Amino acid sequence: MAKTIIPIGPYHPLQEEAEFFQLHVEGEKVVGIDVSIGYNHRGIEKISESLTFDQVPYLVERVCGICSTSHPLAYVQAVEEIGGIQVPERALYLRTIIAEMERLHSHLLWAGLAGHFLGYNTVWMWAWKYREPVLDVLEAVTGNRQNYAFMKVGGIRRDFEKEDIFRIDQILDELKPKIDLLTGAVMDDPVLHARVKGVGILKPEDAYSFGAVGPTARASGIKIDVRRDEPYAAYDRVEWDVITDPAGDVFARVKVRLLELYESVKIIRQCLRDLPGGEISARVKEIPPGEGIGRVEAPRGECFHYVCSDGTNRPVRHKIRAPSYVNVPTCQVTVPGETISDATIILASVDPCYSCTERMQVVDKEKGTTLSGKDLVRLSQEKTALLIKGGHR
Amino acid sequence: MSITLKALQKSPWVFHLNTGACNNCDIEILNCLTPKFDLERFGVKLVGSIRHADCLLVTGPVTRKAAPRLKTLYEQAPRPCLVVACGTCAISGGIFKDGYNICGPVDKIVPVDAYIPGCPPKPEAYILGIVKLLEKLGQ
Repeated sequence: MAKTIIPIGPYHPLQEEAEFFQLHVEGEKVVGIDVSIGYNHRGIEKISESLTFDQVPYLVERVCGICSTSHPLAYVQAVEEIGGIQVPERALYLRTIIAEMERLHSHLLWAGLAGHFLGYNTVWMWAWKYREPVLDVLEAVTGNRQNYAFMKVGGIRRDFEKEDIFRIDQILDELKPKIDLLTGAVMDDPVLHARVKGVGILKPEDAYSFGAVGPTARASGIKIDVRRDEPYAAYDRVEWDVITDPAGDVFARVKVRLLELYESVKIIRQCLRDLPGGEISARVKEIPPGEGIGRVEAPRGECFHYVCSDGTNRPVRHKIRAPSYVNVPTCQVTVPGETISDATIILASVDPCYSCTERMQVVDKEKGTTLSGKDLVRLSQEKTALLIKGGHR
Repeated sequence: MSITLKALQKSPWVFHLNTGACNNCDIEILNCLTPKFDLERFGVKLVGSIRHADCLLVTGPVTRKAAPRLKTLYEQAPRPCLVVACGTCAISGGIFKDGYNICGPVDKIVPVDAYIPGCPPKPEAYILGIVKLLEKLGQ
């Protein structure tokens, strides 16, 4: 059979960046995949060199909307390393709380999208409904639903009031049974098992060689987590577990993310309990010449920032490496060999900034047939429906 | 009033295009469709192709690679096509305005009918923007 190339993307309404995948298919089977990115290149590193150290957090917050805590946090850690700045204890705890709240809403968001791809639109709607209270409380404590403007070199910008702590506590109480429900539904659903178990397997050695990070690596049984390996903020002062799963398939990635929700809740609770008083920000006079790095475990994996200072008030070099940059190429080994209807969920399972199913197009030059993104989602959803009919229930 | 405009008022189908946004505006658009905000009660539906859409929601400061795509999409859209610039970046370029890879803002590339400000605009702002646009169409 002639080889057909299916372009996926670059535009799609569901997730972060515009990415362009080309699936090489023979019939239903995917035999190769190419990734082309760069639609979202805004020259952030260069713009950063024209801003002062205090202005950069505003910019890096806008690297990615969902990781709008992780990027500024990694950046301020890098600058604090250059200046040898001691951050007050209270600020460290509050940073941890906000970072974990971000993980909560990010993982819920992903769970919803994964549900949508598999034909469970109810999961999408419900997971995003559960996510709303988290955003509400973030708005209450930081002032904005996203882009919290919370991090600052030397500390944080806003202190928590007493009622904020109650509010967060209350939200966590309400969220827990909902996570239970979601996790229970995923673990027990036979159709879901049939659909994602054993699909898109990323072997540990492949995860190593691609340098995969975050939940993608942890779902392949690799126990890496910056929060544990190189603790920042208050992570070394709280008890929690690194969730791993040896299976490496899509199901494992779902499971790791859902179980991480519990760990986040655990971390936030401990931070609220042990929250010390005192200052929220250290006085920073000037940034001496030097280099510093900041590493943060973003919801998608390790986020790395390198900042170089020459003693002036702005960085001379600022390098950013986001987790998706290493996670997305793993599709080179996970997608080939699977069917087109599975490609969607496998690509989405690394939680890249991808979910462009709405703008996929299949172009077969010889036959002149066209398949739109909708058709691909339909294919994926029909497969689930078929499994339900096939008596797996 | 032409029948197309009248129909459009009842159910504006929207297509969403990210021209290099940080994703927040895009997620808030999706958020508008979820149970808490439920933009679908105004007949608003997110569609997968510009050829089905009445309304083009553009987010992001328009990167060099995205600009030709934005133009093509606008040309492909059936008329009348309303263009809405969502978020600070789409309106003015925001913090990325001076970036070397930015061609934007959106109104430099295609004509814009409505602006929804905010970084990112809250879902309430989106709802207000869409409702205002529909009201204006009725006049």
